Amino acid sequence: MAGNREFYYRRLHSLLGVIPVGVFLVQHLVVNHFATRGPEAFNRAAAFMENLPFRYFLEIFVIFLPLLFHAVYGIYIAFTAKFNTSQYGYFRNWMFMLQRITGIITLIFVVWHVYETRVQAAFGAEVNYEMMANIVNNPFMLWFYIIGILSTVFHFANGLWSFCVSWGLTVTPRSQQVFTYITMLIFVALSIVGIRAILAFA
Amino acid sequence: MSENKTVRFIITRQDRPDSAPYEEEFVIPYRPNMNVISALMEIRRNPVNAKGEKTTPVAWEMNCLEEVCGACSMVINGKPRQACAALIDKLEQPIRLEPMRTFPVIRDLVIDRSRMFDALKRVKAWIPIDGTYDLGPGPRMPERKRQWAYELSKCMTCGVCLEACPNVNSKSNFIGPAPLSQVRLFNAHPTGAMHKAERLRAIMGDGGLANCGNSQNCVQSCPKGIPLTTSIAALNRDTTIQMFRDFFGSDEV
Ligand code: HEM
Ligand code: SF4
Ligand code: FES
Repeated sequence: MAGNREFYYRRLHSLLGVIPVGVFLVQHLVVNHFATRGPEAFNRAAAFMENLPFRYFLEIFVIFLPLLFHAVYGIYIAFTAKFNTSQYGYFRNWMFMLQRITGIITLIFVVWHVYETRVQAAFGAEVNYEMMANIVNNPFMLWFYIIGILSTVFHFANGLWSFCVSWGLTVTPRSQQVFTYITMLIFVALSIVGIRAILAFA
Repeated sequence: MSENKTVRFIITRQDRPDSAPYEEEFVIPYRPNMNVISALMEIRRNPVNAKGEKTTPVAWEMNCLEEVCGACSMVINGKPRQACAALIDKLEQPIRLEPMRTFPVIRDLVIDRSRMFDALKRVKAWIPIDGTYDLGPGPRMPERKRQWAYELSKCMTCGVCLEACPNVNSKSNFIGPAPLSQVRLFNAHPTGAMHKAERLRAIMGDGGLANCGNSQNCVQSCPKGIPLTTSIAALNRDTTIQMFRDFFGSDEV
């Protein structure tokens, strides 16, 4: 009975990208944005998140496992595509390619980011304003973070668009067109939130 | 002067299904209103390449010569399309002809589109009307819906949409856009709708609908203007409902 699971895996992959991983991403960016109000505001917001009840449960079931599934299956999906934007330079085909490329960039970024923060925290480091400020003190790391944030936010925003097609929410060309505008606005808005936050540490 | 005008072709050829492809150039005399098929016929009549060497005639497929059978599909100047509808006057020279490599190449420009016909069988792209007794006339379709369905029924299984799709390739078993849209066509028919769930379950199998990654190249490339991506999104909605029905059960029989 190994066969005929693909439909359900794909739907699960699609769902997890938005709920909970996408929801977590938005929440994470908003909390980080407290850094624009100074180190104390950020430390208070971060401490609030750290002291949420059932922290390990939430981390494992709301973030780690869904992201792990989405990422592993995402790599498989990305590598089964054969990009052809040079022959078919249509807008959606570019988005198709960017969705897969930003997925891979996001994976590299997230693995490094989690290693530098959450894994270090498990070894006793304190995650606070100072930790991030030390990281992005290095211009290379600042750029790494800016690219990582833009890539993740694009992947999420454009992913919302394909999520709506994958579940049959946007069916007609017009609804898909309107949703393209909406998701690009989401991309711009979340990019501003994310970039403002990281620059607040620099 | 016109008798001196020529047309230049660079054709990707292949002698056997398992042999390596190679390019061969041809220069043929121009005639007014030529299309790619009539040019290929000229090469067949006088199989001499641009270097003046005698060669084997280029093999291709054709049937209707009016863009309704899909047999003559090939990649012309980088775009998959029907050779019979490709006018020489409208093509940039040298004209490059290649087989649609998404499909197994049999020889030169001839490809094997069997997978598309197998896909139509797999998704039950027909309306069962045979019984052990006369079933009588079926229900009528509203005229507006008939016109809408007619657009979907124009598919000629030409394979252009599979060739354009980044997810139809040797690394994936994606069935491709054309048979998916046919599911929508037959599910929309009043009699065909009796087997709606069966068709939906067929495309919920491996290599089915879920493999679509929304590059939407298919809808841009289809020579018949079939709204393939609308069909796919509509089927995504139908299969969402079907998935819940199959899991939780349904009050509908
Ligand atoms: C912050 C983390 C991430 C978020 C919020 C996220 C979100 C999303 C969303 C919402 C979708 C749309 C689902 C659909 O098309 O129905 C999606 C698709 C996709 N994701 Fe992610 N994702 C993340 C990380 C990753 C990673 C690490 C990879 C690994 C390579 C990845 C690979 C993909 C691929 C290939 C698709 C396209 C699926 C398709 O179009 O069929 N994603 N993602
Ligand atoms: S849907 Fe269009 S491109 Fe695809 S096989 Fe049918 S006619 Fe050809
Ligand atoms: S010969 Fe039938 S489509 Fe060209």
